[in-house]
Order: sequence, then structure tokens, then C-alpha cells
Amino acid sequence: MRQEVFMAGIGGQGVQLAGQILAEAALEAGLELSWFPLYSPEVRGGPTTCTLVIADGPVGSPVVGGDADMILMDRAAVAMHLPGLRPGGLVVINSSLAGTDFERDDVKIVAVPANEIAAELGSERAVNMILLGAFVGATGVVARRFIERALHKVLPERYHEYIPLNMAALQRGAELVAEQPLRGD
Amino acid sequence: MPERELITGNEAAAEGAIAGGCRNFFGYPITPQNRIPEYMSEHLPEIGGVYIQAESEVAAINMVYGAAATGAWAMTTSSSPGISLMQEGLSYMIGSELPGVVVNMVRGGPGLGNIAPAQSDYWLATRGAGHGDGRCLTFAPFSIQEVYDLTGEAFPISQKYRNPVMILADAVLASMREPCQLHERRDPPKEKPPWAVGRGAESRERNIVNSLWIDPQVLEEVNWRIEHRYQQAAEDETRWTEHGADEPQILVCAYGISARICQTAVERATEAGISARLIRPISLFPFPSQVIRDWAERTRKVLVVELSMGQFVEDVRLAIEGACAVEFMGRTGGAVMTPAEVAERIIAMA
Repeated sequence: MRQEVFMAGIGGQGVQLAGQILAEAALEAGLELSWFPLYSPEVRGGPTTCTLVIADGPVGSPVVGGDADMILMDRAAVAMHLPGLRPGGLVVINSSLAGTDFERDDVKIVAVPANEIAAELGSERAVNMILLGAFVGATGVVARRFIERALHKVLPERYHEYIPLNMAALQRGAELVAEQPLRGD
Repeated sequence: MPERELITGNEAAAEGAIAGGCRNFFGYPITPQNRIPEYMSEHLPEIGGVYIQAESEVAAINMVYGAAATGAWAMTTSSSPGISLMQEGLSYMIGSELPGVVVNMVRGGPGLGNIAPAQSDYWLATRGAGHGDGRCLTFAPFSIQEVYDLTGEAFPISQKYRNPVMILADAVLASMREPCQLHERRDPPKEKPPWAVGRGAESRERNIVNSLWIDPQVLEEVNWRIEHRYQQAAEDETRWTEHGADEPQILVCAYGISARICQTAVERATEAGISARLIRPISLFPFPSQVIRDWAERTRKVLVVELSMGQFVEDVRLAIEGACAVEFMGRTGGAVMTPAEVAERIIAMA
């Protein structure tokens, strides 16, 4: 098993945190992984990306090029990275910010109105977990119980009260995938 | 056995150093390795160690010199432009036969360049160390676990050979996270080496730590003593790994992060029906020349992959001594090749 995932968005959306949570979850699941963050010097508002490779054996190259599946959290990320997705690849897109009109019909697109769902859940900061939930739902890369364990490890103690909210967000994302047939499938 | 922890290469270098016995850190900030001094400033004081942020890289390496002269286990870390500034100090350490560890998280150059990953300090690491007849023993990790292990091992190795050891990594390894198995922190030996200066001189002949030898005969003797240690290191510390086909059509040579990319590229080429073998030097000085030559003579087709305009490739060519042609594939300035690109090249060569 080898799952490559590339995440991109704008600083403040929780791209790196989503990456870290998925990485810790993979570690909890006993898998091998590498996680490589890349971001501009701005604290918020600048482009931010990370690449994860999760495997049940040696990871090999942490650099993946266009081979990875994707989570794209805003319009600029879609414009920049969607053209590079390999034919047949999977992409989870935040349609709240990027719309639903995409110029690819040879890839599997999961469009998730993550900002609207986050508002319904009562926290706009849950956007990253909703998108991660959709990705995990579509790929099954790690079981959700490992993500819950990862949240306990990654989040500072004072934020542990938000773990149920994060898990609900994850659940909503996963449910959306179950509801909508993958385009391109 | 403690759990594996998900840490960055910077944290692995810092914790690896502490686990290996480092108790003295001197450094000056530079991206992409700032997490190392930050980690050291948090953790060294709590175990009675010394952390000093120096006023410059020149000061930092000379603080390592001073600490090492007293027998203390000391290190500094930096990235390319900062390592340039340390060249004079390294030369003096080699001339004075002093141990010490330097980690270089290489970034794009020349000049200030950028903060993206590069392997363009290969010459600086293996040929540099300032002026004169000396070199740094140089090791190049390719995973976070290896950053941790090699940085720790660098301390006893530098003590054994009384020579600075450089850990040569890059901006990917600096900020990438991978699971890392940590072990208990070892203390440095209580007893100071017999050549150290400082306390205890009342009961022995005085020691002098110095690199100034006016008499050419004396300096030649010193340089031979240093050279003999390098020859010993070539016997005992030459390290590499091999991976891939036993009857390969193509031999691939790469080190550090490029070797990770090549690992996957070799697998891709194999899937496409082209057999390849990857030789990855872990020690860059001493260099595993023999094994590269042996395999090159069998395959007659060699590809060298690195993140520079072509530095490591020269050592491969020297090892092969013209026995066959060597093809080069490099990216520079912080750009990184993908496994698919390398696989394509391997397949095209077959």
C-alpha cells in the first residue's frame, strides 16, 4: 500500500495541521510515512502546501511530482495544482472557495462546500478536517480511530475539548463522499 | 522500547547530537536549520549543557574550537552561507587536531541563494574545510532516522580521528517529518582525552593545542599524522548501501535526499522492465570508491543523480577511473527532480 497526498491552501486554513494529523494517524496505524511542509514566510494568507507519503513498507521518495492525490482548499490552489494532477487521480476540492466548475474530466473530483458545512457545525476552523474527512472517506488511507488518537497527540491539551467537533467535521466530510458519486469514476 | 516519534530532520539532528553525547552547542541562526539551535536552547540547559548563540558563524566555529580544545564534546550547525563563513575555523581545528561536529542543512546557492533544498555544498563539505591539507570526515543521511543516528555517531567518530565531522543534509531533510526511533541519551566520557588543555595540568606535562608549525619538517609530520587518520577512516568508516537488481543494466549513484528519489525511480524502472541498482554512499569522505568501480565495470552504464550542477559526480568519475562513461542528471537552485523523471532517464539509458 502506498498513498501519496498533496495538500494546498492559504495560510490559516489549517493545511499543515491537517497534514500533521494525517501523518500522526498513519504513525498510530503502524505505517511508514514522510511529511514535507512548504510554505511562504507569511503567517496567514500566503500559499501553503504539504506532501505526505504513507506506505506499509519503505517510503522511498518523499518527493512525488504529479503522482499524488490532492486536497485543494482554495481557488488559487486549484488554479495552480489541479492541471498537474495525473489522469485518474483523486482530488478533494473546497467548493466554497473554488466553485464547482473545473477544467478536468479525467480525474476523480470530490467537491466539498467545506466553509458552509463548517459554519453549520459552528466553527469556521473545521474546514481542514471536513476536507480531510472527505479524503479519508474516499481513500480509506487510515481508519478514523487513528485520526482521533492523532488529534489527542497533536492538539495542545487546552484544545482537547474541540476533539469531538473535529471528529464530527471529519465524519461529515466522509459522509459527503459516500453521498456523492465520484465524478470521473 | 520507546515509541517512534514523528520529528523533523532538524529535531533529529539536535536530539541525535544530545543522545550521542554533545553537551555544548554554539551557533548562529540561518534558515532552514533554525529549529536545531532552538531545540538545543530548550534541551541542553536542562541537562547541564551549554548553549550559546554566537555573534556570528565565525564566532560559533571558534567557540567549538575552544570547547573542543578542553576535551568537551561540542558542535555547531548552519546552512550553506554560514558554513562558508566557518571554513577558516574548520581549517584551524583540523590543523590543531581537534574533534567537533558540524551539521550543514544545505540550501540553494551560490551567494545567499534561497532556502530551498540543494546538494551544491558537496565540494564545500568534502574538499573544503578551508585552506591547507585537511578535510572534514563527511556523512550524508537520507532519512530522518539516519539524521538522528549519524549525528549521534559523529561525536565518537570525531573524537577517534581528532578531526571535525560534517553531517551533510539539505532543506528537505531539515523540515521533513518521519517516524524516528529514539534511544537514551548517552553522557560523554567523564575522563578528558590526554591532549586536552585546561584543568588537571598540575599533575601532567602541559598540553598545547596549536596549528602553527614554522618548521616545515614538523608541519609535514603533523600533516602525515592527519593523513594516516584519514587512511584509517577509509578502512573503518567507509559506508554505503545498495538496493535493486543483482544483474543490473544500469548503475545509479546518488546520496542523501536524491537517493530517496532514486529508490522510487529504480522501482519504477524495474516495473517497466529495466533493471537497475542504486549505490548510495553514506560516507562522502571517505568515499566508497571500490564498490562503485566494481559495479560500474559490470554494468558499463552509470547514472549519477544529485541536486547540483555536478559535484558528487566527480567523485564517482574518479572512482570509476574512466572504465566507462558516466551520465549526469542534476537539478539546481532549489529545484528537485521527481522519481518519474529519473525513471525515464534510467529507461532511456538501457
